[in-house]
Amino acid sequence: MNSTRTEAAGQTETRAPQRDVVNDFSIQVATVNGSGSQSANNVLMRAIFQMGIPVSGKNLFPSNIAGLPTWFTIRASRDGFIARKAEVDFVVALNPQTAREDLDSVRSGGALLAEAALGLKDRRSDISFYEVPFSKLAAEAVTEVKLRKLIANMVYVGVMAELLSIDVAEVEGAIRKQFRSKSKAAEINIRAMNAGRDYARSNLVKSDPFRVERMDRTRGMIIIDGNSAAALGAMFGGCTVVTWYPITPSTSLVEQMMEYMKRYRIDPRTGKPTYAIVQAEDELAAIGMVIGAGWAGARAMTSTSGPGISLMSEFVGLSYFAEVPAVIWDVQRVGPSTGLPTRTSQGDVLSSYYLSHGDTKHIALIPATVEECFRFAQEAFNLAERFQTTVFCLSDLDLGMNNWMSESFAYPDDIPYDRGKVLSAEQLGSLERFSRYLDVDGDGIPYRTLPGTNHAAAPYFTRGSGHNESAEYSERPRDYTALMDRLARKIDNARDFVPPPIIQGGGSAEIGILAYGTTHHAIEECRAQLRAEQGIETDYMRIRALPFSPEVPGFLAGHERVYVIEQNRDGQLRAILSSEYPEHSMRLRSVLHYDGIPIDARFITRAVTEQEQEVK
Amino acid sequence: MASASDPVRARSANRLGLVMQDYKGLESTLCAGCGHDAVTSQIIRAFFEYGVEPHRVVKLSGIGCSSKTPAYFLSRSHGFNAVHGRMPSVASGAVLANRHLIPVGVSGDGDTASIGIGQFVHLLRRNIPMIYVVENNGVYGLTKGQFSATADLGSKLKTGVVNDLPPIDLCALAIELGCGYVARSFAGDPKQLVALLQGALAHRGTALLDVISPCVTFNNHEGSTKSYKYAKETEELLHEISFIPFYEPISVDYEAGVSQVVEMHDGSHIRLRKVDRDYDPTNRTSALRAVHETDTREEFLTGLLFVDPRKPDFVELLGMHDDPLATMPEELARPRRQALEEIMESLR
Repeated sequence: MNSTRTEAAGQTETRAPQRDVVNDFSIQVATVNGSGSQSANNVLMRAIFQMGIPVSGKNLFPSNIAGLPTWFTIRASRDGFIARKAEVDFVVALNPQTAREDLDSVRSGGALLAEAALGLKDRRSDISFYEVPFSKLAAEAVTEVKLRKLIANMVYVGVMAELLSIDVAEVEGAIRKQFRSKSKAAEINIRAMNAGRDYARSNLVKSDPFRVERMDRTRGMIIIDGNSAAALGAMFGGCTVVTWYPITPSTSLVEQMMEYMKRYRIDPRTGKPTYAIVQAEDELAAIGMVIGAGWAGARAMTSTSGPGISLMSEFVGLSYFAEVPAVIWDVQRVGPSTGLPTRTSQGDVLSSYYLSHGDTKHIALIPATVEECFRFAQEAFNLAERFQTTVFCLSDLDLGMNNWMSESFAYPDDIPYDRGKVLSAEQLGSLERFSRYLDVDGDGIPYRTLPGTNHAAAPYFTRGSGHNESAEYSERPRDYTALMDRLARKIDNARDFVPPPIIQGGGSAEIGILAYGTTHHAIEECRAQLRAEQGIETDYMRIRALPFSPEVPGFLAGHERVYVIEQNRDGQLRAILSSEYPEHSMRLRSVLHYDGIPIDARFITRAVTEQEQEVK
Repeated sequence: MASASDPVRARSANRLGLVMQDYKGLESTLCAGCGHDAVTSQIIRAFFEYGVEPHRVVKLSGIGCSSKTPAYFLSRSHGFNAVHGRMPSVASGAVLANRHLIPVGVSGDGDTASIGIGQFVHLLRRNIPMIYVVENNGVYGLTKGQFSATADLGSKLKTGVVNDLPPIDLCALAIELGCGYVARSFAGDPKQLVALLQGALAHRGTALLDVISPCVTFNNHEGSTKSYKYAKETEELLHEISFIPFYEPISVDYEAGVSQVVEMHDGSHIRLRKVDRDYDPTNRTSALRAVHETDTREEFLTGLLFVDPRKPDFVELLGMHDDPLATMPEELARPRRQALEEIMESLR
C-alpha cells in the first residue's frame, strides 16, 4: 500500500548531500492523454539531444484519444545507452489521476516536480521536491482559453530546462522544430516555456543532483521513429503500391509514407504519382491487394500488427505456394485480439515464420534500430521479388512509435534495385520454352512473367491448388512433393541472402547472449553491467533475419550456455532455434520479458546473474 | 495472328486478326450441361467479337465451381485462381499495379454473396475497372449441394431441406451501392449474354453481370427456383439488347420510342429494344423498384438493369500515373540522393 511506503520513506534521515549526476538520468513525465503533452515531451528530449547528449524517449500511452493517463520517459545517457531505464530519477507529476503512483515511482534520492494543486509536497522526504502552479502560469502566459490547456505542458519544459541547466536557446530551437511551419504556435509555446523558466528561477532552489552538460555525441545525428524510418525506406526502395488497414501501432508507418511520397514520388514530367496508396476495408483486402499487385509486377507492401497478421494468414500461404512477392510490416504489439494495443511485444515471431495452413515458412527481417528499419524496408522488396514470396519485417511498438536518435541514413547506393527473375517479351522470344515453376537455375527460384506481357508464351495460370512445373492443375503426388521440396529449398537458400547476424565479443566467453529487435539496446547495457558488476564476460549475437544465417549454429556450438533474451512469454525464437538445431537445444536458456513495457538492462542482468549462480 | 497465307482464318478473324480459337481455354471439367460452361462460351464469343487483346486480359476468380472456369477461356491471358471470396482484392491490386490490364473476374453466389460479400461491396464502392461475372446457381456445388445466400426463400434441396432465409439480390445491392453497370442474364440466353458482356467491356468501372446459371447436379430439380425450367418460364425480359462496337456506325435501324441507346465511354453503343414496359436503365430509383417488384413475384428481370457510363472509376479517382506502376523505371521509383539529404536535415 502507498501509505506504508510513505511512512517508511518518512522515517528516512534527511538526505546526505549528493554529488552531481551529469548527463545520466531518467525523467518520467506523467500527463493526460490528448493534452498536448507529446509536443512538450519531444521538445525536452530534442533540447537535450541538441546539447550533444545521447538521449532516448519512450511514450507509455493508453489506447485512448484523450483523458487517460500517459507517461513519457526521457533518458539521458553519457555512455550512449538508449534502452529504457527501469529506475526513475526525476518525475514530473501533472496528472491528478496518477499523482500518488507517480510520487511512489521516484527512486530514493531522486526528484519530483509536481503541479502545486496536487498537494504532494512533503509526502516523501527522501527526494528533492519542487512545486509549481502550472495551470496558473499557463493561464497568465496565454490569454486564449483554447490554447491554454495545450501549452500548460510547455511550462514544465521551461521549469525542467532551468533545473537541469539546459541551454534555453536549444529549447527554443526544439520548439521551433516541433512546430515547424506554424510560427505563431511556436511563439506561444516559447512564451509558455519562458513562464516556467522564470518561475523556477525566482521561486525554486535546486536541491537535486541532476544536470546536463554539453557533450559532442550527437553531431550530425537525427531523431526519428521506426515507422517513419520504415516509410522512408519503402519510398527509397521503390515501393509502388501500399494497401493497408489502420491498426495501432502500425498506422503511422503508412501515414508518414503518404507525407513523404506526395513530396518525393511525383513524376516531374507528368505531375502524377509514381505510387498508389489505398486504405482497404480490412486486412484481408489489404493483403489481397498486395498479392494482386505483386503478381502484376508492383513492389507492393502492407503494414499491420498482430491481429492483422492473423487475418492475412490464408493469403500469405497463397503467396508462398503460388510464389507471389509481398512485403508485410508487422509492428508487433501485445495480443491476442486487442490485447494491449499500445504496448510493445515480440510475440509474432513464431506465428509469422510459419504463418498459414499446410507447410509454410517465410523470410522475416528483424530490425533493431531505425536505420535498420530504413534499410530493411528496401531489402525486403529485393528479397520478396528475388524469392517470389512474402517477406515480413518484424518491428515492434517500441521501435516503431518511439523517437530514437540515430546516425543520419546514408543514401542506399549499396542496395540494388533487384526485380528478380522476370522475363520480358523480348527475353521470351529468345527462349525455347517458358515454364512458370521450372527450377531452371537450380536455386529453387523459377522465372515469372507479368500479366500484360505481349508474348504468346507469357501467360500462365496462377493457382493455390496443386500445380506442376508448367503451372497446370495437378493432384499427382509426385508433382506436389516436387513443388513442396523445391519451395523448401528456395527458402533454405534465402539464408545466404538475408541480413546476417551481428556478433560482438571475442568468441571466447563461456556464455553467449542471443537477442533480436529492440531487445538489442538493453543487451548492450546489460553486457556492460555483467562485466562491471559480476565479472561475467559474454559474447553476443543479434539475429537479424529468419531463416537463420549459416553463422547461427556456429555461435550456439561455441558457447556452453546461450541466453536467448526475448520480449514474449513462450520463448518463441528459442523454439525455432531448438527446432532447427536440436543438437544445441540443451544449451539454450530463456530470459523473457512480457509486461508490455520495453525490456531494460537491469532485468536481464538480474535474470542472467541468477541463472548463472544456479549453474555454479 | 492472321496471316495472308491462310485465307480461311483471315475471313473468320476479328479486327485484331485473331480467330475464335485464340480466345478458348482448356476443356471444361464441370458436369455436363452446367450453366457455367454456357457462360464460358459467351465470354469467349464476346471477347473475340469485341476484339480484346488477350495479353491485356487478366482472368481472376475465387473458389468454387464458377471459379474454375477462367481456365476454360482465354488461355492466352494470365489467370489467377485466388482464395475464397477474396478475388476482388486481388483484382484491385492487379489494377493498381497495371491500369492497362482488363480484368475479368468470375465468381459464384457462395464466393460473392456469402464469404466474399465484404470484398464485393467494397469493389463496387471503389468502382475498380473490371468485369465481375457471378455465375449464380443458389447452391454450393463443389461441397455437394449446400444453400448459398442467393437461394430463394422456400427453395428445396434434393434432400428435402427447405431454405428459410431470404436471398440477397446482388443486382439490387449493386445498384444501391452505385455500381455503374448492373446486368442480369441467364446462362440459357446466349444472345443477351454476349451483348451484356460486350457492353461490360466498353464500360469503364466495375460492371456486374449476375448470370442465373443452373446447377444440373444439385439445383435443377422441381423445387428449385434456379433450375433451367424455372428460369426459362419466369424470366422477364426487360429489353432485347444489342451492342454496337465503337468501330461500327451506329445509325442502323434506330427507332425512336422503341429503342434506347446508351453511349459508352469508348464510343461504342448499347441499344435496348424495349419489350413491354417503359424502363429507363439510367434511373437508379426506377431500376431498384423494377428489381424489387420482380423479386416479389419470384421472377428474374433480365437485361441491362442500370447503367451510368459517366461515373469515375478508381484509377481516375486516384489520379494514377498513365504508365503502369509495375514497370515504373528505377529513376522514377527511387528518389535521388538530394531528397534523402533534405529529409535528414529536417530530422537533425
